[in-house]
Amino acid sequence: MPELTPKERMAIQRHHMPEQDPEVRNKNFDEVNLGYDAALAMAEAERCLRCKKPVCIQGCPVAVKIPDFIMMVAEGRFKEAAAILKEDNTLPAVCGRVCPQETQCEQVCVVAKKAEPVAIGYLERFVADWERMNIGIQVPEIKEKTGKKVAIIGGGPSGLSCAGDLIRMGHDVTVFEALHEIGGVLIYGIPEFRLPKEIVKAEVDGLKAMGVKFETNFIVGLTKTIDELLQEYDAVFIGVGAGLPYFLNVPGEHLNGVYSSNEFLTRVNLMKAYDREHADTPVFDMTGATVAVFGGGNTAMDAVRTSLRLGAKKAMIVYRRTEAEMPARIEEIKHAKEEGVEFILLAAPIELLGDENGWLRAMKLQKMELGEPDASGRRRPVPIPGAIEEIPIDAAIVAIGNGSNPIISKTTPDLKVNKWGNILVDEATMKTNKKGVFAGGDIVTGGATVILAMGAGRTAAKAIDEYLKNPDVW
Amino acid sequence: MNKILEARFIAPDIKLFRIEAPLIAQKRKAGQFVIVRVHEYGERIPLTIADSNEEEGSITIIVQGIGKTTKLLNTLEAGNYILDVVGPLGKPSEIENFGTAVSIGGGVGTAIAFPTAKALKEAGNYVISIIGGRTKELVILEDEMKEVCDEVYPTTDDGSYGFHGLVTDKLKELINEGRKIDFVLAIGPIPMMAAVAEVTRPYGIKTVVSLNPIMVDGTGMCGGCRAVINGKTMFVCVDGPEFDAHQVDFSILTKRNKMYLPQEKHSLEKFMCNLDKMAMEVENARVNA
Repeated sequence: MPELTPKERMAIQRHHMPEQDPEVRNKNFDEVNLGYDAALAMAEAERCLRCKKPVCIQGCPVAVKIPDFIMMVAEGRFKEAAAILKEDNTLPAVCGRVCPQETQCEQVCVVAKKAEPVAIGYLERFVADWERMNIGIQVPEIKEKTGKKVAIIGGGPSGLSCAGDLIRMGHDVTVFEALHEIGGVLIYGIPEFRLPKEIVKAEVDGLKAMGVKFETNFIVGLTKTIDELLQEYDAVFIGVGAGLPYFLNVPGEHLNGVYSSNEFLTRVNLMKAYDREHADTPVFDMTGATVAVFGGGNTAMDAVRTSLRLGAKKAMIVYRRTEAEMPARIEEIKHAKEEGVEFILLAAPIELLGDENGWLRAMKLQKMELGEPDASGRRRPVPIPGAIEEIPIDAAIVAIGNGSNPIISKTTPDLKVNKWGNILVDEATMKTNKKGVFAGGDIVTGGATVILAMGAGRTAAKAIDEYLKNPDVW
Repeated sequence: MNKILEARFIAPDIKLFRIEAPLIAQKRKAGQFVIVRVHEYGERIPLTIADSNEEEGSITIIVQGIGKTTKLLNTLEAGNYILDVVGPLGKPSEIENFGTAVSIGGGVGTAIAFPTAKALKEAGNYVISIIGGRTKELVILEDEMKEVCDEVYPTTDDGSYGFHGLVTDKLKELINEGRKIDFVLAIGPIPMMAAVAEVTRPYGIKTVVSLNPIMVDGTGMCGGCRAVINGKTMFVCVDGPEFDAHQVDFSILTKRNKMYLPQEKHSLEKFMCNLDKMAMEVENARVNA
């Protein structure tokens, strides 16, 4: 086939992601997006302009060599595409599904100036899935063993990404996980219909095949302290993620039927409560229920869409600003709307009302309007005096973010944290004030995205490698 | 996977397990707990560590079979394995030499009170133990308590053994006798702990209770175990499990613990029905053989 001109490439329309019908999928936990097939992927790959200075790579927190792998897809060389992808991304099948590409690589894609950007995320997903399903996850080249040992605390995105890089550099890597499964938020938080657990497990198995060791049911700080780990390991990376959920601090939050999104999603995902036949862990019976989810992020969308799938008759997002300010990915908001989620915007819960047995029965909402921009640059919601509405609900899920888990900081008193308990690091190296100890992900930044945590894990891996070569410098 | 070294019933439906857990045995302090999961679809349940043996690398837990998971756990025997055991979780008991300390345990609560009573004794306190049970056979760990306490008073609701009355009646008797009590630890059913708090409140006796709310991860991530302490939301798994009894909102705790009653009942019925089926199958197999 003759080489296409940039103009011809620009003329190709972006290929839509095949997905389950909304009226079918809102009743099952199967994946919503079905993925490109080889023909669709190769056609989409032709849209890439192969820029001399690929700005998309700068838009990627882990700096995937995007045009290189896409070029391989265009040629049908999927195995090579996967190898290129995995040089920079430990969890490509995960990132191809949950990354906010529209604010990263795809946002800066040159094609996006005139048309829809190249579907980088969909192509990433295709390549990772193709490898896993056709030839099995390949083990990349591992450098000669250095004899240095690194302990990674937390089996979530930042820890797994850090582990993947360090093992390839030839270090001995052990990941310590508090829960009974590896994956952190990928397992307990993100639902099956957006990220099948089997895919997380396969990517973790890929790391195992590379030699990464995993210890589940091990809570660093309590089972062993960081100082004890430092006696056995040459360096430690802390990637323990976000911690205690924030609540609204309104009356009635202790009523039965009120959840944090962490608890609701953990019950349904990690503890498999969606499988009522087999799982012992109960969750509120959503059959025919009216549910309100407070918040406008991806977690709020996950919780509200999960409620629908558990049988809720009516599922609502209650958000105090407008849709434009919502932190959720555009695709998640679109999917939620298609599935029948209602959006109550410019409204904030001020009270949850219960019955005499302590069960939730209604929420009281304060209507808001947008005022002047606040510190985040978003227009601040301001209450409209007297505009208060009471709406009957059966369940409520609070998805307004997380604080930090106190276990590490309490058991490592010489580790510097800020007033919210987030660990203080040098951003270029992820070094903490404690020699040999690095940190990254939500425990440093507060609640953010999977890929930002993975980026932090990579940055730390590079700095850990340098530190292990020259341990006198801190 | 943690191996069960010893398993024996110490009262009807109450079983003691000594399990292999060397790291937890090294670290645990009185008042801390583990989270246990018994099978792939099982729930995570918190259980207080009753004792440990660092040399052997073992911990002891005492389990009352109430719901499906605890009943299933109680079918396990020495040589079997428990799928997941993680800990030690929660803050250790605050142990100091208060003077005279009263340890009150109601039912299986005595197993939770035991390690703290022992630690209080080691810290130099004069320790009085009240062990409550509905009836004689539910009074547990009397011999063990006698080894670590200065005085031990079993009480039963029906008068079948020891003092006839509630643990609070015995506590009131001690107070009325003019005993100088500096510290009270009360662990048992919520109504018992709430009642003890009301007995000691007028006297200003420092009173600590150990809460057992609904928990999932137990590591400070889900917020399901939230309780109201002195008007503020606290997370029992990381801020507790022990709190000042005079500051606990027991009414909210009671209601929250009832959240899954119908599901728990259903799950238990299904399990017990299967247990019967299992037993029948074993029986049939024997006949056929």
